[in-house]
Amino acid sequence: MRHIISILLENESGALSRVSGLFSARGYNIESLTVAPTEDASLSRMTIVTTGSDDVIEQITKQLNKLVDVVKVVDLSEAPHIERELMLIKVRATGKDREEMKRMADIFRGRIIDVTESSYTIELTGSGDKLDAFIEALDRAVILETVRTGASGIARGERVLRV
Amino acid sequence: MEITGAEIVVRCLQAEGVECVFGYPGGAVLFIYDELFKQDKVRHVLVRHEQGAAHAADGYSRSSHRTGVCLVTSGPGVTNAVTGIATAYMDSIPMVVITGQVPTHAIGQDAFQEVDAVGITRPCVKHNFLVKDVRELARTIRKAFFLAASGRPGPVLVDIPKDVTTAKCAFEYPDAVPMRSYNPVTKGHPGQVKKAAQLVLEAERPMIYTGGGVVLANAAPALTRLVKLLGFPATSTLMGLGGFSGTDPQFLGMLGMHGTYEANMAMQHCDVLLAIGARFDDRVIGNPAHFGSVPRKIIHIDIDPSSISKRVKVDVPIVGNVADVLDELVRQIEPLAGRIDQKALNSWWAQIELWKARDCLRYDRASPIIKPQLVIEKLYEVTKGDAFVTSDVGQHQMWAAQFYKFDRPRRWINSGGLGTMGFGLPAAMGVQLANPGATVACVTGEASFMMCTQELSTCKQYRLPIKIVNLNNRYMGMVRQWQQFFHGNRYSESYMDALPDFVRLAEAYGHIGMRIEKPADVEPALREAFKRTDDLVLLDFLTDQTENVYPMVPGGKGMSEMILAEEL
Repeated sequence: MRHIISILLENESGALSRVSGLFSARGYNIESLTVAPTEDASLSRMTIVTTGSDDVIEQITKQLNKLVDVVKVVDLSEAPHIERELMLIKVRATGKDREEMKRMADIFRGRIIDVTESSYTIELTGSGDKLDAFIEALDRAVILETVRTGASGIARGERVLRV
Repeated sequence: MEITGAEIVVRCLQAEGVECVFGYPGGAVLFIYDELFKQDKVRHVLVRHEQGAAHAADGYSRSSHRTGVCLVTSGPGVTNAVTGIATAYMDSIPMVVITGQVPTHAIGQDAFQEVDAVGITRPCVKHNFLVKDVRELARTIRKAFFLAASGRPGPVLVDIPKDVTTAKCAFEYPDAVPMRSYNPVTKGHPGQVKKAAQLVLEAERPMIYTGGGVVLANAAPALTRLVKLLGFPATSTLMGLGGFSGTDPQFLGMLGMHGTYEANMAMQHCDVLLAIGARFDDRVIGNPAHFGSVPRKIIHIDIDPSSISKRVKVDVPIVGNVADVLDELVRQIEPLAGRIDQKALNSWWAQIELWKARDCLRYDRASPIIKPQLVIEKLYEVTKGDAFVTSDVGQHQMWAAQFYKFDRPRRWINSGGLGTMGFGLPAAMGVQLANPGATVACVTGEASFMMCTQELSTCKQYRLPIKIVNLNNRYMGMVRQWQQFFHGNRYSESYMDALPDFVRLAEAYGHIGMRIEKPADVEPALREAFKRTDDLVLLDFLTDQTENVYPMVPGGKGMSEMILAEEL
């Protein structure tokens, strides 16, 4: 089962490697991992997308909690939550493709953020599925480059993850 | 007044009440060594290899409940210590490791004797620090000592670049270092303890299974009260021996891969299992699916939530300090002890007596060649069961665990989790230094012993009167045993063709060596050796090369699927 785990951790050098090292040492999967400081600069917020049985996920959260730099861990998948991922995609935009690319970006509510005579760079935000769908909708030959951030997640409603 | 980082390190050690530091100097720690030289509160013990420093600090801690400290230089100093750090980590031993590092401006430049100490040790420490600012030094060392000894203990490493040891700042040692991210629990959840008490009282075929957590939490008295109150059978892991009296009739012996028949059978067939400070590891329960194929209720007390339901699903988890939880459990059970179903308990004991009657540890006492088990039995007699016994890893370790009956905790010192050959002698040094005047025996085998032999020199320097019991079968015995059982008697590289003369080896280091070749000489030799209370004596027992450790649960098998001696 896919789980999205949110972690608050001390914003200290090496904290990220403790988390990623834990996953590799214990053989857990990481589908994606995002991390950046929060509004409180002493803390970082990390979102990890992982897969595993309930037992494995229980161990992952326990092992994460055991890391001295980790302040709080929440499995967002246990309750309603929102997740978003950002993709930047550079596509060939020449001839009749140029108009088509613009239309596709609009349909997916993407924004063209860089333009050359032969290419567009499109910014697209959404769930991972939506970004996948956009890629699927394009002719592979026009895709020059993609970069995705991995998912960031937050709980719906009043639930908050903070110190 | 401002003082240097090097002086701060030493002042911190003094403030922590550290009596003994095990270490080895080198370029990156020269200023710290200079400060050690100028004072006499903290004693430095010079080992011959950094692995020895870590094991000695570890043995010091295990036998004294104090935090072990070692000090090594950068680069190879750190990498040599890693085996010892990992050993302490696997057995949850509180230890602070101070490592030198190249100057901050040289970090990442592939400088001479540079290694990423924090990176290399990250998977085998509870936590580690690189101190880049001298103003953080005292606070970081305080944190290291706090982390090492609290919660589930473990080694903590503090990496100090050389320029930080020369930089100056004012010294203040903080009393407390609150960390918002680190709040280990102590008291167990009252509701869970109550549930556990009820389950225990309803049991018909109960079993108490204890581990190293009992020793680490100093919970032996509480455990003893509970076991006596309940009248239930009890067993212990390799790490927990001495947590409950090894000579008590309620004790079924060690369980696990080389546990007794009765302990393993009772584990497998009990209906309520009370697991205390133990973690159901592969050397204990064997195949978890086989273990789980029998219905039973499991209560698990452990300070580390991640140890609970890791390999085996439990019914009543209790996270907390083992000593506190046991006290509370005794308090709750005491007034209700009359509810224990004595009839069911009696028939359970009758079943256990039948298992005991298999006499699973018997061996050929009439053998004309020295049986290793005989040596341990005689060691037990000669030391009146009251020695500190360290061991290395292999057959000799299992025989020591089976045949030396530990009545008290912190007397049995061995590398359980990591299984580190070479642990025994340096650990014994730490034990002897923590317990001056005590009887310390190191049970070893010739292969393990040769992994840290150089520490004989340290023993000479500090006049450590350790008695080394070398069960010399000219094989890596446990490897040979597996090859005999599972690899068609193909003894691939498990025989050592060119062993030293251990008697002369001991003598070369200025110690006494004795070779014992006949069973009748075993006891007199031990008596003579232990009479020499000021000398290190290496006893080289030439033992039966073909002897195996029984019972044995083969890897991947269930606990009740033991190979017994008579079955071969």
